[in-house]
Order: sequence, then C-alpha cells, then structure tokens
Amino acid sequence: MPQLEVKNIETYYGPIMAIKGISFEVEESSIVTILGANGAGKTSVLKTISGVMEPEKGTIEFMGKRIDHLDPDKIVRMGISHVPEGREVFHDLTVKENLAMGAFLRRDKDGMARDLETVHAYFPVLEARRGQLAGNMSGGEQQMLAIARALMARPKMLLLDEPSLGLSPVLVKEIYDIIKRINEEQKTTILLVEQNAWMALSTAQFGYILELGRIVMADPCDELMENEDVREFYLGIKEESVRGSKRWKRKKRWR
Amino acid sequence: MLVEILQTVLSGISIGCIYGLVALGFVLIFKATEVINFAQGEMMVIGAFIAYSLITMLNLDYWLALLITILALGLFGMLLERFVLRSLIGEPVFAIVMLTIGLGYAIRSGVSMVPGWGTDTYGFHTPFTDKNLHYGDLVISWEQVSVILMTLVLIIVLFCFFRYTRMGIAMRATSQNQLAAVYMGISVNRVFSLTWTISAALGGIAGILLAPFTFVHMNMGFIGLKAFPAAVLGGFGSIPGAMVGGVIIGVTESLSGVYLPEGWKDIAAYIILILVLMLRPEGLFGIQEKKKV
Repeated sequence: MPQLEVKNIETYYGPIMAIKGISFEVEESSIVTILGANGAGKTSVLKTISGVMEPEKGTIEFMGKRIDHLDPDKIVRMGISHVPEGREVFHDLTVKENLAMGAFLRRDKDGMARDLETVHAYFPVLEARRGQLAGNMSGGEQQMLAIARALMARPKMLLLDEPSLGLSPVLVKEIYDIIKRINEEQKTTILLVEQNAWMALSTAQFGYILELGRIVMADPCDELMENEDVREFYLGIKEESVRGSKRWKRKKRWR
Repeated sequence: MLVEILQTVLSGISIGCIYGLVALGFVLIFKATEVINFAQGEMMVIGAFIAYSLITMLNLDYWLALLITILALGLFGMLLERFVLRSLIGEPVFAIVMLTIGLGYAIRSGVSMVPGWGTDTYGFHTPFTDKNLHYGDLVISWEQVSVILMTLVLIIVLFCFFRYTRMGIAMRATSQNQLAAVYMGISVNRVFSLTWTISAALGGIAGILLAPFTFVHMNMGFIGLKAFPAAVLGGFGSIPGAMVGGVIIGVTESLSGVYLPEGWKDIAAYIILILVLMLRPEGLFGIQEKKKV
C-alpha cells in the first residue's frame, strides 16, 4: 500500500479550478517529483495535501487514513511537513527560535534535542548562526533553515515546494545532495515539486508531469529523462529535426 | 523649582505608563490580527468597575481584586474573540474595525445599565492611597510610584513570555508569517484567542491603575484616544515603542499642563506626534516593511 494516495482531487483557487481531478501515489521512503511550468497547479497540490487548501472532490489517504478536510495541525501531527515555496522562514525570529517552531507540536524534550543535533549535522551553518535573525540570512541559508525547520517535526513525509527557487546552481546542488541524504539516512519520504526539471529528475525515482491542473505523464524518472517531449520542453535539449531546422510549433504528443 | 519639575515629570511618567499599557493592547492585537481594536479603552472601564465592585461592595483585598479583575477581563477578551470576532475572519479589515467601535459604544452603554454602576463617578481605596514618600522638599505619592513599578513588572513578565515560552514565540511567529505558522501546526485561532485575552487583561489592569487618578466612570475609556497617538508615536507594531510613546506623551502632557497656558495640555501630545511623524514617519521604534522578492 502506498504511503500517500491521492485520488481524483479537484481544488479551487478562488473561482479558478487549480487542480482538475488528479490522482497519484507516493511509496514509503521514496522520492517522488511533480514537474510542471508556472501555474500548472504544483503548489496547489502540496497545499491541498497539507490541509491549507481544501479539495472540492476526491480523497487523500496518508498511511491508510483519510486526511482531506483535516486541519493543518492534525496533518502535521500525523507526520507530513511542508516546506513552502519561497522559504517563508520567520524573519524576525532567530534561527534557534525558527527551529523550535518546527517542533511546535512536540513535547518530547530528549527527542527534540536529538533531532536538533541531527539537523545541525546536515546544516552546520545553522548551528553557527543559531542566534542570528533568519531575515538577515542569505537565500540559500534560509532554504536550509526552512528544510531544517520542517525536519524538526520529525516528519514521515516531507513536501518540498521548489527548493531550488532563486538559488545559484552550486547551492541548488548542495541542497539536493542533502535532500538525498535525508531520504537515505532518515528514510523520510519526499514529495518534490519543481520547475528545475533536471535536478528533480536526477534526484527522484518516480515523476509526474502536471500541466494546467492535470497529470499528463507518470513514469519512473529515468524513463521520463529519455522521453522526447520531456527532453525538449522540460530539459531544453533540442534534437535536430529531419530537415535540420528547428520546428517552432511542434505539438506535445500528450495533448 | 527643581522639585516641582521632578514631581511633574514623575506624575507624567506614571500616567504615561497607563497610556503605554493601553497602547500595548492596541499593538498586540494589531500585530497578530491586523485589526485596530477601538474598544481597548472600554476594557479599562470594565476593569475599573469590576475592581470597584469587588473592593467597595465585597470588601475584598486590593491584590485579590486585582487578580480577579485580570482573570475576568482575560475571559471577557477570550469570549469576545471566540463569539464575535472569529466569525468576521476574512472580512475586510475596516468592517472589523467598525465592529470594535460599535463594541466600545455597546460596552459603555452596558456599563451604565448595570445596577450599582450607572453613570456616576466612583473611587476606591488602594494600599497606596494618601501615602507619600518624603525626600527633603520632594514629596512623591506612592500611588504614582506603584503604577510605575507595576507597569515595569508587567513588561518584564510579557517580555519573558514572548521571548522564552513556546506559545509566546508562536505568537510572534504567527504575527510575522501566518501561513508559515499554519505549516508548523500552530493553530492560528488559538493564537488570536490568546492575543485578545492578554490585551483585554492589560486593559483591565490599566483601568485599575488609572482609577485613583481619574476615578471610576463610564467615560474613562476615552483615555484610549491618548493611548492611540502613543502607539503611533512608538511605531505601531512595536512593543517597546508603545511603552516609550506612552511615557513621552504622559510627560509632555503633564509638563505642558503645569508650565504652558490653559489648553496646551490636551494638544501637546498631538503636536509631539506630528513632529515625530514628520521626521520619522515610521515612528520611533517602527521598522519599515522590508519585502524580499
């Protein structure tokens, strides 16, 4: 049984239908990615899972239990932590206080202290800057803090919304290496939403492609990387056409 | 001469502390919910009347009455949030602000209808009434010193709460970034509820502290109109700013009441406010909104 099972959800963003009936599954301890362009509905999918948006139709099951229509704090308590797009750290709190907020629902002091050590081991810069205000840190450090803060809840599943946004390629690689380590060492399931298709496909095992609120492809990542359309439209690798010139208006085959 | 100045300044500081406490009530609610609660002054009215009833009618000890009043006002603020303001979440802010103005009127009228309260003016004895400290020519009333000391204690308690407790940090976090707080599993409803509880309790304490100076009356809540410039002066949204703003306005008022012609006392606060805002539009302790994109 998959750890997370999303069935036919439809979510509205005001009057706009942001998600038009999508279904997907995430296996325990795997890394799954959802790729899509701006406005495809990626963020809405994550928000619907973490309870910030409510689906009009469809069901979401986490470890066999329905979680759609639960309050966000209940969903965090069940083991799903959301790292939002654009970091969203608490600017006027120190790094230490931000991490404490990640563990807001926990009461086990010993476990929290242990997890703080683990988090510091993944992100040594956070230990060095523990007294600094989060708002004064660089974008990369804030992204690390956002991930670390979510880890402090000791989640079974981590929802990552565009961790590469606005970061230099070197930093993106650094953060992705840590995401992989977290998945391998902590066995935390990771659901990753990205525009940076190359990074996402080389990190995840399974990928979905989301366009305008619908899932148009679902395949293991190595197969997606070989797919002609994915290569052209998401990875930007242009293959020479028969006539040796680029066709500007080629149709995507999944439409 | 010097003695007179000292005494004027001291009485200014003590009344300023009360302005500051009311301003703090404004600021706490504004920071958490972006609503300005114009009924904050009326919390003082209720607080003062409850304390008056407990002390003169039931002959309770001052400190016990203080404690009961704080708890009663806290409960009142909590119920107000739960049953009135929560249903307006998501409505335009001006609608909620209008509602608080209406609440203020309703509370004032409500107080005047309670048997034994009405529209008369009352007073009650505190452990500090008619006690003075003598330092040579300088005579300091204990009433004023007690206000300053109790305000200091309150501020230290609040500071520790917001700095060191889990819920206090969560309240700061929520006021900075509500959505992120939701992602952490912080219940925003609980934070709002606690904010109104604390603000109402602060208003109640301010009412008790003010009672010996202005007496207990249904219109004593209008002092909120002076606490408001105090909050703006300090930079709306800043907790230390509210206290400093309150003290500045209190001292200005009391100095101009003694040394300037009749009438200056009531406008001095606003002149200072206009001057400060011309030089520093964000207020003394205000921070200009920085948004990183």
